[in-house]
Amino acid sequence: MALINVKTKEVQIKIVYYGPGRGGKTTNLEYLNRTYREQIKTEMVSLKTHDDRTLFFDFLPFDVGQIKGFDVAIQLYTVPGQVKYNATRKLVLRGVDGIVFVADVQQSQRKKNIESLNQLYENLKTYKLDLFNIPLVMQYNKIDLNKTDIPTLSSQTLQKDLNGLLNVPAFEASALNGGNVIPTLKKIISITLASIQEHLF
Amino acid sequence: MLNQNQLDAIDHAIETHLIAAGIDHVIYMEMSGNTIAKHDNGKTRLDSTAFAALAAGNFAAVDAMAKLVGESEFSLLFHKGEKLSIHFSKVSNDTLLVSMFNKDISLGIVRLKVAVAIKEIIQVLADPDIP
Repeated sequence: MALINVKTKEVQIKIVYYGPGRGGKTTNLEYLNRTYREQIKTEMVSLKTHDDRTLFFDFLPFDVGQIKGFDVAIQLYTVPGQVKYNATRKLVLRGVDGIVFVADVQQSQRKKNIESLNQLYENLKTYKLDLFNIPLVMQYNKIDLNKTDIPTLSSQTLQKDLNGLLNVPAFEASALNGGNVIPTLKKIISITLASIQEHLF
Repeated sequence: MLNQNQLDAIDHAIETHLIAAGIDHVIYMEMSGNTIAKHDNGKTRLDSTAFAALAAGNFAAVDAMAKLVGESEFSLLFHKGEKLSIHFSKVSNDTLLVSMFNKDISLGIVRLKVAVAIKEIIQVLADPDIP
């Protein structure tokens, strides 16, 4: 639940990038960190393993200016994608306000995408949150692989697999070179803000 | 959501019991990593946003470890440094008080003062109409 501080006129919102391992969650945050370096007051925090994979989370705070007199601070987190780290994924989801689900378009990752989404549903339940009610955006990442020989899933397949029931906004993206990284972020911020607006006034 | 009176009372508890006792930085935060109140003695600087995110992660990890060994919780944590030490104490199910202090003040005093401040904060949380 977003923190609304009536004294300091601040709203703090937690957005978590969730998805299977090596899907590009950290790459999304790294691109945002490079692009908006001047607006980000602090360093990006990354808790990584020795082989550069997310161990606990990445953290990037992000000011989006004022909305109706309140300073809005967005806190972006990623979770570790590797299957064995579910306990940590659950911890990072505590107090989440909005989620970007980063799916991998590689054909070989089809099952992992679905498993990860199912696990997200279960993990949210432990905090009495419902995947069907929480602000959520789908991102189908690594779309640039379409130009290579690596077999990829079509958008229709991904929509059917992951978004058939949820029916949330979805973006094809290429986090590595920034394609649709910013539109994904703008979308999740706008729907998350809309969902907490009733608490603001 | 805490109202203005509650936030004022929390600020007052932190300032009078902790900052006045010589503690450098105090962050009162949600377990999700959001900060509710932050105070310092003006002498040192700290990136409190990143700190709170890491503190929440740290506390949550230790809490999960407690459950693995059959404890319901480890309600306080202490990290000792050469010049600076950090004391974490759970206030409610959803909130945490983090105090950073230098070697001029002893852990015993910090624990004592933190206990008093937490008692006051718990009262504030329970009563939205606190004067």
